[in-house]
Amino acid sequence: MSKGEALSGIGKQGRAARLRGVVPPVLLLIVVVLALFAGKYDVSPSDMALVVWSRLTGTPSGLDSTVETVVWNVRLPRVLAGLLVGASLAAAGAVYQGLFRNPLVSPDILGVSAGASLGAVGGIFFSLPVLAIQSMAFAGGLVAVALVYLVGSAVRGRDPILVLVLAGVAIGALLGACISLLKVLADPYNQLPAITFWLLGSLASITRADAFSILPAVLLGLAPMVLLRWRMNLMTLDEEEARALGMETGRLRLLLVAAATLMTAAAVSVSGIIGWVGLVMPHIARGLVGPDFGRLLPASLMLGGGYLVGVDALARTVAQIEVPLGILTAVIGAPFFLWLLASGRRGWQ
Amino acid sequence: MMMTARDLAFGYRGTLVGEGVTLAVEAARVLCLMGPNGCGKTTLFRTLLGLLPPLAGRLELHGRPVMEFSRSEFARHVAYVPQAGSSYFPFSVTEVVTMARASRIGAFATPSAHDREIAQGALERLGLQHLASRPFTEISGGERQMTLIARALAQEAELVVMDEPTASLDFGNQAKVLDCINELRGSGLAIVLSTHDPGHAFACADSVALMKRGRIICEGTPQAAVTPETLRNLYGVEIAVEFMRGAGRNICAPALGRFRKE
Repeated sequence: MSKGEALSGIGKQGRAARLRGVVPPVLLLIVVVLALFAGKYDVSPSDMALVVWSRLTGTPSGLDSTVETVVWNVRLPRVLAGLLVGASLAAAGAVYQGLFRNPLVSPDILGVSAGASLGAVGGIFFSLPVLAIQSMAFAGGLVAVALVYLVGSAVRGRDPILVLVLAGVAIGALLGACISLLKVLADPYNQLPAITFWLLGSLASITRADAFSILPAVLLGLAPMVLLRWRMNLMTLDEEEARALGMETGRLRLLLVAAATLMTAAAVSVSGIIGWVGLVMPHIARGLVGPDFGRLLPASLMLGGGYLVGVDALARTVAQIEVPLGILTAVIGAPFFLWLLASGRRGWQ
Repeated sequence: MMMTARDLAFGYRGTLVGEGVTLAVEAARVLCLMGPNGCGKTTLFRTLLGLLPPLAGRLELHGRPVMEFSRSEFARHVAYVPQAGSSYFPFSVTEVVTMARASRIGAFATPSAHDREIAQGALERLGLQHLASRPFTEISGGERQMTLIARALAQEAELVVMDEPTASLDFGNQAKVLDCINELRGSGLAIVLSTHDPGHAFACADSVALMKRGRIICEGTPQAAVTPETLRNLYGVEIAVEFMRGAGRNICAPALGRFRKE
């Protein structure tokens, strides 16, 4: 170990971690390229490049308009949306896992998914337009977490983290009951399939406008995470230890929960509920680059984005029909996760 | 006088744990707090650390009420060494020690080269360089305790509060920690610590406070405050306090079986 390495605390393990840090961007790149070419309509690499080039420069490509539509209106928006949704879920998961000091926490622990679901299901139930359904999902997610947070801060004198989690469980159950009620009352021929499809998550009907509409919320949520990336490490300590080190834990937790909730709510508002990404991807990222949030955040973003783009590519190619994403992410994510646990070498990393 | 408590009452919202506590903490002195389990030591420590508001009385740091300090301002004066330290994620020892710099850098900042040097310096001072890149979750209990002391050093505080720093350590590590406490006192730090071994008072303390049911029942130098009589009052058992030549100080041990006087 050289003097410089000793100073920055990077030894043999640090170098290995740095090497493993190359994995997420490389995987991401491969998956995005594969996803752009995956699908029922074959597009050659040169046509792909030509379409993108012509759109960016505004010059006509001279290609068949079908090719242009497939590339520009279908595949690129889906890849972009997959990146945004997957990256958001994974980043939010990484934040929540740190805040709750538990590597098995997923972004919906505080009820954001349940709230978003109720919002969307309510929108479908009242036959609102798509944009209204998305807005209700987004608002529902935010309101649910705000409610959990209010209840959590009203209970004093106990471990604030535990109170938050329990409040999340209780309010999540309450929202679940409301969703079930709406499902029972919904028209079984038109509304119920739409509700079921939404609850399973999909990028099938996503448009370029959808992808861009969630971008501000995603970036707004990401900003505090990037800015507070080092403080986030201290938030994983016990409450009192962190406060004794000079941290205003209450304020920081509120800010980080708000950021993670904003990202998650934005993501699920266009994609529906997609489980497992936010739980498994930060976990894998931590195994690759370690727990330091400054490295964990970018790794989670890339792995999450790449994973969802990849799964979405499978969703539109493996079967005659579009397989809902929520099913695929669980079918792939859960066994992989079990394998990670069983191989157990890395413990709770 | 660095920190003073006058007629302090402490506890949780609506629950009084202890009262009438008057203490003074000075630079280059070690104050040792002892008492049976559940006597309120931990709650008192939380109050001294500004983590719990005093219920009554005065608690001042450099003449200013403790609750008036912001968390980061307070952390620049007072460092805390918890019993084991929380470690849910495998941060390296260096990363753990560098966390001490939180109170000295901006909210959005990351530690500078200067901060890392200070963390490295703290590790070197305690002879822990070899652990620098090891995960905190994988080192031994003694190494963890020393790492947390190094973190308190990197915090550059004047007062260090240690919650049972020798708890669950083997004999060798206990000696290391006690030596370390003496060395820190020598460098001018004020130290408040709790312990379950009354003998440790003779090993490192300048003054001792005995705590029973939330009140200080006896305070003074180790020689004056740690006697068979005060210890019997404190713990309810017969305890011998005798000078041990090989160790050069008094040692305490409970009398068992036929050595018990009753």
